[in-house]
Amino acid sequence: MRRYSAFAIAREAARFHSGWDRAWRSPTPRSAYDAIIVGAGGHGLATAYYLGKNHGLTNVAVIEKGWLGGGNTGRNTTIIRSNYLQDPSAAIYEKARSLYETLSQDLNYNIMFSPRGVMMLAQTQHEVRGYQRTAHANALQGVTTEFVGPKRVKELCPIINIDGPRYPVLGGLWQARAGTARHDAVAWGYARACSDMGMDIIQQCEVTGITREGGKVTGVETTKGAIGCKKLGVVVAGHSGVVANMAGFRLPIESVALQALVSEPIKPVMDIVVMANTVHGYMSQSDKGEMVIGGGADGYNNYTQRGSFQHVEETVRALIETFPMLSRLKMLRWWGGIVDMTGDRSPIISKTPVENMFINCGWGTGGFKAIPGSGWAMAELMATGGSPLAQEFSLGRFREGRFIDESVAAGVAH
Amino acid sequence: MLIFTCPYCGIAAEETELTPGGEAHLKRYGPGSSDDDFEEYLFLRPNAKGVHFERWRHSHGCGKWFLAARDTATLEVFGTYSAQTTEPPAEIVTAIRAKRPDWSPA
Amino acid sequence: MSSRLPQGGRLIDRSTRMAFTFNGTPMTGFRGDTLASALLANGQRLMGRSFKYHRPRGVVTSGAEEPNALVNLGRGDRLEPNQRATTTPLFDGLTARSQNHWPSLEYDIGEVNVALSRFLPAGFYYKTFIHPRVAWKHVFEPFIRQSAGLGKAPKKPDPDRYEHFYAHVDVVIAGAGMAGLQAALVAGRAGLNVLLCEQEGHAGGRLPVDGGMADADGWIEGTVAALAAMPNVTMRLNTQVSGVYDHGYVLAYERIADDAPGSDAPRHRLWRIRARHVIAATGALERPLSFAGNDKPGVMLASALRDYIVNYGVSAGDRTVIVTNNDDAYRTALAIKAAGLDVPCIVDARPEVTGDLPARARAAGIEVKTGMGIAEVRGRKGVTGVRLCRQAGSGVPVEEVACDAVAMSGGWSPVVHLWSHCGGKLTWDDAGAFFRPDHARPPTNQDGAGFVTCLGAADGALVTQDALSNADAMARQVVGALGVKPAAADLPETDSVAEAPLMPVWVMPHGAGPKKRAKMWLDFQNDVKVSDVQLAAQEGFESVEHTKRYTTLGMATDQGKLSNINGLAILAEARGAAIPDVGTTTFRPPYTPISMGAIAGEARGEIFQPLRRTPIHDWHAGRGAYWEPVGYWRRPYCFPQEDESHADAVAREIDATRNGVGLLDASTLGKIIVKGPDAGRFMDMLYTNMMSSLKPGRCRYGLMCNENGFLMDDGVVARLNDDTFLVHTTTGGADHVHAHMEDWLQCEWWDWQVFTANVTEAWAQIAVVGPKARTVLEKLGTGIDLSAEGLPFMAWAEGRIGGFDARVFRISFSGELSFEVAVPASQGLAFWEALMEAGGEFGITPYGTEALHVMRAEKGFIMIGDETDGTVIPQDLGLDWAISKKKDDYLGKRAHERSHMTDPERWKLVGLETVDGSVLPDGSYAIAEGENANGQRNTQGRVTSTYYSPTLGKGIAMGLVLNGPDRMGEVLTFNTTEVPERGGPPKTIEAQIVSPVFYDPEGEKQNV
Repeated sequence: MRRYSAFAIAREAARFHSGWDRAWRSPTPRSAYDAIIVGAGGHGLATAYYLGKNHGLTNVAVIEKGWLGGGNTGRNTTIIRSNYLQDPSAAIYEKARSLYETLSQDLNYNIMFSPRGVMMLAQTQHEVRGYQRTAHANALQGVTTEFVGPKRVKELCPIINIDGPRYPVLGGLWQARAGTARHDAVAWGYARACSDMGMDIIQQCEVTGITREGGKVTGVETTKGAIGCKKLGVVVAGHSGVVANMAGFRLPIESVALQALVSEPIKPVMDIVVMANTVHGYMSQSDKGEMVIGGGADGYNNYTQRGSFQHVEETVRALIETFPMLSRLKMLRWWGGIVDMTGDRSPIISKTPVENMFINCGWGTGGFKAIPGSGWAMAELMATGGSPLAQEFSLGRFREGRFIDESVAAGVAH
Repeated sequence: MLIFTCPYCGIAAEETELTPGGEAHLKRYGPGSSDDDFEEYLFLRPNAKGVHFERWRHSHGCGKWFLAARDTATLEVFGTYSAQTTEPPAEIVTAIRAKRPDWSPA
Repeated sequence: MSSRLPQGGRLIDRSTRMAFTFNGTPMTGFRGDTLASALLANGQRLMGRSFKYHRPRGVVTSGAEEPNALVNLGRGDRLEPNQRATTTPLFDGLTARSQNHWPSLEYDIGEVNVALSRFLPAGFYYKTFIHPRVAWKHVFEPFIRQSAGLGKAPKKPDPDRYEHFYAHVDVVIAGAGMAGLQAALVAGRAGLNVLLCEQEGHAGGRLPVDGGMADADGWIEGTVAALAAMPNVTMRLNTQVSGVYDHGYVLAYERIADDAPGSDAPRHRLWRIRARHVIAATGALERPLSFAGNDKPGVMLASALRDYIVNYGVSAGDRTVIVTNNDDAYRTALAIKAAGLDVPCIVDARPEVTGDLPARARAAGIEVKTGMGIAEVRGRKGVTGVRLCRQAGSGVPVEEVACDAVAMSGGWSPVVHLWSHCGGKLTWDDAGAFFRPDHARPPTNQDGAGFVTCLGAADGALVTQDALSNADAMARQVVGALGVKPAAADLPETDSVAEAPLMPVWVMPHGAGPKKRAKMWLDFQNDVKVSDVQLAAQEGFESVEHTKRYTTLGMATDQGKLSNINGLAILAEARGAAIPDVGTTTFRPPYTPISMGAIAGEARGEIFQPLRRTPIHDWHAGRGAYWEPVGYWRRPYCFPQEDESHADAVAREIDATRNGVGLLDASTLGKIIVKGPDAGRFMDMLYTNMMSSLKPGRCRYGLMCNENGFLMDDGVVARLNDDTFLVHTTTGGADHVHAHMEDWLQCEWWDWQVFTANVTEAWAQIAVVGPKARTVLEKLGTGIDLSAEGLPFMAWAEGRIGGFDARVFRISFSGELSFEVAVPASQGLAFWEALMEAGGEFGITPYGTEALHVMRAEKGFIMIGDETDGTVIPQDLGLDWAISKKKDDYLGKRAHERSHMTDPERWKLVGLETVDGSVLPDGSYAIAEGENANGQRNTQGRVTSTYYSPTLGKGIAMGLVLNGPDRMGEVLTFNTTEVPERGGPPKTIEAQIVSPVFYDPEGEKQNV
């Protein structure tokens, strides 16, 4: 693989960029691999990458029914933060955040991690107490956060109206080293690195069945033929239920549509990410200048990638209350993604009832920020049979009542 | 923006008048039931991509819960019916089969 | 130079002049102009700068698809970024500024990017700015952010207002061009309820400009009049159908007062429509051609150029070269000629040109150069000429033609957005080289039937006669499908000219090399060129979604309206695939960007969410209550007096209550009636404790769990009579608890005879609390025996107090003698005032939620939302006494049997008292030895409530602690986030485990 750099661009400029290689190969599947990952979104590709990088497992295929990175990886609002309340969540999201910090260098692909800071607004007394609790928890979890007063909120983000008539800003939970990254680049960067390690990324290949012998997985059937494997990792987000059904088990998951919106691009007005959970809206400004806005999820099962308008309306209302200058901006586009919600809204990284088959799903509305940590943990689980980061996220927790409930803090998980 | 006809009050109810309530026809398992059954009842869902039986409440209307058969991939509604049933009534099954000949109840 | 023509302009009124400024320069135009036509009329062709390279740009289109001519409109708090000059009606006093340049539009430093453009190909930023790591945040990203973005945002709140309209119709028609008008006639005559929306300020669309009907204006006028006469047809101008949602939900965006800033009218209106059927008569958009320099000011779409001539009497230049691959562009040549200006030649890529329109052009003396293309556009900030070449070759110039404008036409694409928003599929039309709706795969509604119909040009019928017949036939189909028989046909005569087929031309000339391809723009605003799409394909970004994201093709504010098909064709060619196999990106609402203000509508400021008020709300407001939002309610947090801090106010309120009498407005607490023969049985399922044994006239505190076992609400239940219970819930829980009850009654125990009613707002409820509570009530005069014997603790009674109909509950959340008195809501304020007056001599003091919280904490009472957080079960809170062992079942019982719920290691409720008397921080954790497997510090408990107790003069707290109740007296270390001034690790606080009941443990104060 040719390294990317300013020098490489200059060299190519002289010949009209005719010398750039494919970012990743597009091979036909071999008959068998040591491991197959189903799903070439961020989580699947990261799993493959760390299988190779951390565990030396490179005879790996990543199978994708559409195009890599074409699902939620490329549809989210790109927020990266780790200011979670519960220990298992804080551990995996902080792992992810710290990996994001050096990911551009690790992958030799600029994923534009921008540690611009995330502010979660407290707009009720209850939220103030909730975020103070999170700040205390974070202090012991090795996550650097700080509860700040309204004045500091206004300093960090001057366009916020802190004296709104209904929900004045009482403070905020500030994570300075949180931020955003370029979502597509995360998938593309991992894909390029996986391909470079000799892994096969097979796009336009849908898994239609999972072959088992004596309770063990032996391979998958696909629209490009049967492919054998010793280990199988399923990382397909909203379609996890469909794949689990193929292997004869069910998941505590329901798929719903979540929407996001962007405005027309404007000159920079906002340097940080702001989340306002009481009124329910969150926003950042992309490097392109668009205001990137997260909306609410529908409450009903949906596989269409289309949500309902009232969520757009509610979100925009909330944001105009918080940022009154928004009212005269124009909304450019809104879209939906299918998110997989578990019973406690926390993810699953787990063994399954089928031996050597592993599943990573249930990231709900908050998966992008976890990608490197999720891949790290899933790879460790697949390679060694256990991972401290994944331990608490097992499938068995629902039966035991051992939930990881993040909604208990004033915030919601995004 | 879904629309369902409420089987109680007969109104074509807007999604904003309704509250979704998840999968229908769950059998409740109470004290003394097995861990398997209880987990199944509370958490495990077929999450079908296709025909889905689900609960809705006409919360900003007549206040009644009702059930619906809907395709989660196309959002087509095959019918709505009383919440006081333990399985989809025959006419709903017929309506689904008319549109989805390959479908069979799970 | 562009200029105003001496005559013509069907949309302008030359007798009314409008003054406006552009970049501070005063200019004038006419009523009826758009900002774009007025700027052209003033010779202002340079209107903006492109996004990436800051290239000088002029207007390219005459409509909503405009990528270049975006301005900052207005000033101050009415400043609006990215307003399209092409759709902005001119008004007197308009101020506009061009965007994305520094220091000026004419001289932009950013233009250096043009010189560097070879080093800035698609996705260059993914390949560089990688090292050093910190540079991205501190150097590269700030630089990119400053140079990106377009317009400037206003700094102040928006002074304008917006509103929503709701409509339920049979048919909504998007577009009142010829096809839309005809469809409206068909549907209107059939008696259907029709809403016809036109995005522009006038009906008729392209018909009067493009011709094809002898008296087009007459037919349009007549049709609009006929529709206006139909009571079942509504027509709205300046209203764009923006989005189609599932099940026939449609959004339309009406611009009402954009041209009248400061008027009373709402600025925009959002229509929220339910339609049985959506007709998209949205026409077609012309495509640019890809030749080197096609983005220079003066190069415009051929149709736009003739729009400016015919509609506004404005010419884009004196000498216009036409470049085309189809017959339609010849109309522009004829219009220019008719306006008395020069067309030095028509450059037609087709080897042979024989149609009627070319014949007319030739007859008008215009030279047609066949098989030719443009090799290069001359000029820097404006066209000065073109070099021509053979279309078939590599672009060696064969001649140069001087000109100051170029009209280009690469064919037309139907506007299929509304068809596609809900998943309608497209099919590739080889003859027209465009995607059109695939009638076999429409978007489907709740019945599984298609509910969107494209007609006329939007269905691919581009020639007038075809479009008219198509519109009529398709509209008849729609009417029929809605169960109505359409009236007899009534089609106007057309005189449309037959058009010869176009020749798809995606690159001009066909064999252009890399150098030329790097100067052929696809996406004008985002500066995506033919070479960029080819590079994406070369690097493996083969999917159309990959290419879009890698190059940003189609992601500009025009959302690819201008560029997408050309881009797809280049991608297909690079991949060696057919265009339909490459597919399109997904069309998403809105069709063009709509204001956030319109989306939010009236719900702003105080009424941004519903506001629930108790009957005493205004009294609280009058006393300067500091509010705490709880759900949609606002409750007084405290009533600070002049110069009093909130903490001081709370202390004063507590002191007054504990030593005299206090009043709390408890009206927000949920009140739900549960009634029926099976009410007792139902209550036993709802609550963990036994409720069926409660006697009428008595109250009982109860806990409610969800089926997952977690504590969800608590409150006092009063039994009103044998078959009736009154359930009190928390303020935030009322609606949820009521819904929870109905869920179980309707969906599980539907054979049980129970009714519920949420009567929260029917009653005002006032807690009269403190040693003097009884005295105050008795002073008001009452027939109810309020004595300790007559109305003992946890009893209730009904009667009259001071002339009010009242229910009195002898319950206490403060540990004081306390009566909660409920009166009908209408009497609530009067009763409150009567109490205030009667209590005056005892120093009666209204108190807020914070005093309530502190007093309950002093007594060790739990608070839902503080001690509970959705993961806490009653057993954690020492509330085992409220969990019936006798009952076989209650909601949550099975869940409590799970292994994690019975785990002896669960943290349990205790009281906490700091060693130094200080107040523990909210949410602090008790630190334990060591770290877990993920390197996180172990913990053994946490603070759930913590307050300064003015009663006890020290900090008190409650918390959940590992084996807490067995560790009374033990001292734990709690963390803080406070870092010592001299640095080092954050401070910690020592606190002792104590009983959670800090005040009056024997209950002597309340049982008097």
